[in-house]
Amino acid sequence: MKIFKPLFILSVFVYLYLPMLVLITNSFNQSKYGHKWAGFSWKWYEKLWNNTGLMDAFVNSLTIAVLTAFIATLLGTLMALAIHRYKFRLKSTTSSMLFILMMSPDIVLAITFLIIFIALGIQLGFWSLLIAHITFCLPFVVITVYAQLKGFDNNILEAAQDLGASEGKIFRVIILPMILPAVLSGWLLSFTLSLDDVIISSFVTGSGFEILPIRVFSMVKVGVSPEVNALATILLVISLSAIAVISLLIKRKQ
Amino acid sequence: MNRYSSPLNFRRLVITLTLTWLGLFVLLPHLMVILTSVLTPDAEHLVIWPITFDNYLKVFEPIYAGVFWNSLLMSGITTLVCLLIGYPFAYLLANMSPTMRVVLLFLMVVPFWTNSLIRIYAIKMILGKKGIVNSFLMFTGVIDSPVQLIYTDFAVIIGLVYILLPFMVLPLIASFAKLDTSLIEVGKDLGASPFYRFIHILLPLTAPGIIAGCLIVFLPAMGMFYVADILGGAKSLLLGNVIKNQFLVVRDWPFGSAFSVFLILLMAGLLIIYNKANNYIQHKGGLDDENL
Repeated sequence: MKIFKPLFILSVFVYLYLPMLVLITNSFNQSKYGHKWAGFSWKWYEKLWNNTGLMDAFVNSLTIAVLTAFIATLLGTLMALAIHRYKFRLKSTTSSMLFILMMSPDIVLAITFLIIFIALGIQLGFWSLLIAHITFCLPFVVITVYAQLKGFDNNILEAAQDLGASEGKIFRVIILPMILPAVLSGWLLSFTLSLDDVIISSFVTGSGFEILPIRVFSMVKVGVSPEVNALATILLVISLSAIAVISLLIKRKQ
Repeated sequence: MNRYSSPLNFRRLVITLTLTWLGLFVLLPHLMVILTSVLTPDAEHLVIWPITFDNYLKVFEPIYAGVFWNSLLMSGITTLVCLLIGYPFAYLLANMSPTMRVVLLFLMVVPFWTNSLIRIYAIKMILGKKGIVNSFLMFTGVIDSPVQLIYTDFAVIIGLVYILLPFMVLPLIASFAKLDTSLIEVGKDLGASPFYRFIHILLPLTAPGIIAGCLIVFLPAMGMFYVADILGGAKSLLLGNVIKNQFLVVRDWPFGSAFSVFLILLMAGLLIIYNKANNYIQHKGGLDDENL
């Protein structure tokens, strides 16, 4: 029975990583068709470097993800603060909106975004993608930061207020340092959700600004070019080394 | 300086920003979907007056009702499989050392950074006629010729579970982390069998996590058009495929909206059930005199 537990965990991870493994293997495969191993080769990495369309789409995806992460974290933190600290009209409506945003399936959010952008005359492209990504990441930041705010000693804040600190100063000097871990996980969560999204992006994308999933989706019918495998491999290497560095830093701190 | 004096003080700024953003990009668009669903489709202007309920009647036509039913079925199976894998997985993870748990959770999230569409495409290569699964089965002699795995409902479910499993696991881990393990110890000491402990202690106490996980998996599964597009056959359509088609290809927005309103109603129904169940559990699950 002892062996059963690790074996179960291992098989779940094999399921999660088998597709990644296929991508990595094929990125070094001489053959264009991933069925057979035709020898080791770097050629897809060279081709990727010269494939400006794909590289542009990748850079665009990263740009949107990073901007989304920063803005959604900022907005979400402020919203969590508003819900936790202030009394205002429509407060319960605000919570309900965030709840709907979190529970709505992506396909429903996708059409709500498309309809509002068309109605407001916002051209589909960079801005529509950015606004949509920020919005669907918001509830996850709010819920993370709010959870941290709740376990908070309010006396410190009242003391600061009594001593004449302004709201902005209280936020900067006291609240922000204390909720920093939650803010960081909110950032990471937003970055991840933005990079992974397919459904909402497909609806609010425009011809002028192409991101990776849209580019790949247009290739699916005719066959995805192996440069995508190389790109996925590079991404995986970067993210795994980022995790290794982070966990080393945590260990050193302990 | 009084903090209420300047018209652009911090508090007002935060509240205005919150209400404007959510009003403009959440409340208004949702209302507009509902409005669009009762308007008349038009080739030139997308939608025009007068108000009509034909779009809703169209949803009940056999083809579309069939897709709806098929979608519900596939989502149901996906949710069940996610739960059966995710529950023991989350239990094991929750009982590990904190460092190990964080590392494994991170490893679960890492594939997300490679867009899910690319990973679904990789699954297509795995399940193909010459893919790993068929090669392995032929190599071990289980089968003589390749079996059709790709372009089936089976493949779609494999893909849906693959994308959604982490979303089932996360609320379950939170639920297990909150669990008061002494209750299980008490059950053990009082001589309850493992099965009895599972049914009467573990399951009710983790029920909120189970329901939350199922909610997060069940509804989005119906919208994942790209999974059905890449892995499914001609008949394995999901609700998402119909909605996407109506919006981006046929450009019948009212009909697409009407379909989505059904999805919103379904969501509302499930949330009510979730709330009821949560209240019920909180009511019954506490260690009060009645339960002891």
